[in-house]
Amino acid sequence: MTINKAFAGTLESGDIMIQIEPSDKEGLNIELDSTVKYQFGEQIKKVIAETLGELGITSAYVKATDKGALDCTIKARVTCAAVRATGKDVWA
Amino acid sequence: MQRLRRTMMFVPGNNPAMMSDAFIYGPDSIMLDLEDSVTMAEKDAARLLVHNALKTINYGNTEMVVRINPLNTPFGKKDVEAVVTAGVHVIRMPKTETAEEVVELEEEIEKVEKRLGCLGRTQIMAAIESTKGIINAYAIATASKRMMGIALGAEDYCANLKTQRTTTGEELLLARETIVVAARAAGIDALDTVFSNLNDMETFRKEVELIKHLGFDGKSIINPRQIEIINEIFTPTQKDIDKAKAIMGAIKEAEAKGSGVIALNGKMIDKPVVIRAQRTIELAISAGVLTKEDL
Repeated sequence: MTINKAFAGTLESGDIMIQIEPSDKEGLNIELDSTVKYQFGEQIKKVIAETLGELGITSAYVKATDKGALDCTIKARVTCAAVRATGKDVWA
Repeated sequence: MQRLRRTMMFVPGNNPAMMSDAFIYGPDSIMLDLEDSVTMAEKDAARLLVHNALKTINYGNTEMVVRINPLNTPFGKKDVEAVVTAGVHVIRMPKTETAEEVVELEEEIEKVEKRLGCLGRTQIMAAIESTKGIINAYAIATASKRMMGIALGAEDYCANLKTQRTTTGEELLLARETIVVAARAAGIDALDTVFSNLNDMETFRKEVELIKHLGFDGKSIINPRQIEIINEIFTPTQKDIDKAKAIMGAIKEAEAKGSGVIALNGKMIDKPVVIRAQRTIELAISAGVLTKEDL
């Protein structure tokens, strides 16, 4: 699957900014900056990885800047960034 | 129990913080917006955000409504798929002008519901925002068995009418009355337009009193600060409740005596008075200011 550089989300409170880029390396390389990284960093990365996995993206560089987003917001923003990066929509 | 629709609060569909906090303020319905409050470039992002929020966030008993983009835009059909698959209660269709548009939306909803195996789950509400829509109000209100309400969108309507909104609202009187009459004839709810000036709560209160007198069930709102005033005006007062209870008591007494004539304090009570009393009791129970045990 071809991946282009794409963004989704904002830096407002309760949101998360997701940047996806192609990666030469195998697997997902997720770099997270979060105000709640100490408490929820692993959970945020897990939601990002699971969402990308469901969309068939197994290799990418992901930069996430979190401002206290709920899991459903993380999922929505990651999906949006992935759709923009691949051009493959999730709706029929 | 009758569902209250005193307040339908607009929440921009691309603002996650507002979407997750909206229910805290206690609106009867929350309307997540995919249309005017979302820029063209963010339509895809808002659609995904609304879809995931509806699937995940516990909004309790709040009715969840989503205003979609018109079906004749590149966004409308995808919006329908996204919100129906997420289990939205009501789809609010903007700028509705004809019954055919409602039927077209119903067909789109059915396609998704058939796939999901939940045919008939999603209700439709039409916002009428043009003179043509007002002319067709009853046809729109009765276009589908899914219709739960019609609402006035005043800004576009006034532009179409070649006038502008005033604080007294004479320019909206015909549209408001037409919407209420069409809704009542169709047996569905009528919702009034938004009031945007948050610095003028006095005029807002007058407008809410006016639309209650006209027969509306509630109003679209843009800020939680507007909820308290609407609830105060639309919720029956203790005096109203006491009067309604007395009327209902007189009915029971007349029935027990086998009398066809109902009287209270020496005055005859006719059918419209009974209907109003029943509605007051229903509203009071729905609003939580009266219980069935109190009757």
